[in-house]
Amino acid sequence: MRLGEVSASRAREDGKLKLAVPRGALFGGTLDLLDRIGVDTGALRAESRSLVFDAGNIVVVTMRPSDVPTYVEAGAADVGITGKDVLLEQRDRAVYELLDLRYGACRLVLAARHGDDSLEEAERRLGAMRIATKYPRATERYFQESGRRAEVIEVKGSVELAPLVGLADGIVDLVDTGRTLEENELEVREEITTCTARLVSNRVAHKLRAGEVDELANRMREAIP
Amino acid sequence: MIHRIPPGTRDVLPAEMRELRRLQATLTDVFERYGYGEVATPTIEYDEVLARGDELGAPVAYRFFDADGELLAMRTDMTVPIARLVATRLAGNEPPFRLAYFANAYRAVRPQRGQTREFAQAGVELVGVDAPEGTAEVIEVLSSALDAAGLTRAVIGLGDSDLYRQLLAELDVEEEPRERILALLAAHDLVGLEAEVDALGLSAGPRETLLRLPNMRGGAEVLEDAKEMGGTAVERATQRLAATYEALSRRGVAGRINLDLGLLRDLGYYTGAIVEVYDPALGHVLGGGGRYDELMGRFGRPLPAAGFALHLERVHLAQAEEERIADRRKGGT
Repeated sequence: MRLGEVSASRAREDGKLKLAVPRGALFGGTLDLLDRIGVDTGALRAESRSLVFDAGNIVVVTMRPSDVPTYVEAGAADVGITGKDVLLEQRDRAVYELLDLRYGACRLVLAARHGDDSLEEAERRLGAMRIATKYPRATERYFQESGRRAEVIEVKGSVELAPLVGLADGIVDLVDTGRTLEENELEVREEITTCTARLVSNRVAHKLRAGEVDELANRMREAIP
Repeated sequence: MIHRIPPGTRDVLPAEMRELRRLQATLTDVFERYGYGEVATPTIEYDEVLARGDELGAPVAYRFFDADGELLAMRTDMTVPIARLVATRLAGNEPPFRLAYFANAYRAVRPQRGQTREFAQAGVELVGVDAPEGTAEVIEVLSSALDAAGLTRAVIGLGDSDLYRQLLAELDVEEEPRERILALLAAHDLVGLEAEVDALGLSAGPRETLLRLPNMRGGAEVLEDAKEMGGTAVERATQRLAATYEALSRRGVAGRINLDLGLLRDLGYYTGAIVEVYDPALGHVLGGGGRYDELMGRFGRPLPAAGFALHLERVHLAQAEEERIADRRKGGT
């Protein structure tokens, strides 16, 4: 039997609840939250290459933020924490979005070069703006909703580079302090939405492990400053 | 040289096929035992026939013209073709109709996500028997099918498809925010739901009801909790659910029911009771169904109806995972 070809999901033992935690920008805030709800994060904080941690009554697995919906949708993790930006980009993932955890706030913005009118120019003369982004689907949707057209160019690395060298007229990206934008002579033109960390749950876990999922969500809700 | 197959389709080789056929035979026995006779319908239908179902929940994957220029489509489920069959081929027969099927269906989903565009369904339709007995019978068949497949730990979620829509209507929520709220609920976005509900400016009671319902799931106590909330829509839904639940108790299958006031199926033709199937060994939903009392009317033969469809390949996968877990336990690890 070749299980992998039928579905991406794996067998789940009835053991401890498995929580997917994002490495990267949200990692610190997530560990602080776990501390406040009484999860032992000692091993997680220690320099380690481990990916799976037994933290008392839950198991914590760490991964890239954009992988969290993948693991949770398939049930490889019962619950997970990731940014709203990731969920917007992967909006067709069938996971429950249970709670706004409030930390890690960033703005998803449309930005372009200071004093440069190539965005407006492109829309007026060419009917579409060339937008570089790591969020192609969220960008596409934003422009559709506002009745405009964008030629979306997906890039993986520093998006700020694209308008500087003429790959794009503007960018859609996540902005924290705005310093990176300033350093590259870019400015915010439109604010698309604010993104914070979210608690998500697998659909089946939300039903079959309702007590544990609700308890975790309630403890987190109470621990939000 | 690579000879491709279309995305979201697959070949099945003998080892897997043997197991799938065995599962199918097991399910056929159950369906026959309850008096459900197997039917087959064409894989392709006229597009206008399928359009009487629900394009939003089950988007057509393949459409094409035949030699006469007629627009055809691959079926997206078996419920709509069987509704057509009951209204046409069985027009001279007296209801009720107990029909079963094993058939491939086709939906425009994005592959590589544990979802395929072509998938095998096993299910039944009971046309001509009203709620709650009709619903309870279908759920009993479903429960027996799960047991026969060896999925004794599987759980059946039972909810009401009209509840939230009726509640919003009762609270005089305008159409635009109402559709937005239902869309958020369908997307399981409870954070967005809270923001949208807050923007309605309701008093504390109704606000609380709207926010609590999607998380109300569990045993019979869910109905007790719901009763305390009050309101016509909640009362009507809880009464309907209680009647179904009692009918299920009499049939001895209430034990595996998870009452779920937040349940929502993505097919638009459901009315009243809806079900969803879970197994603890698998992160994906195994199947679902419910009542569709208005669909037959769209084919000119108004009759109450209910049914379910199991995703055959996922049931097979759940069997394999359950076996693996059982083996590991036996191994003492």
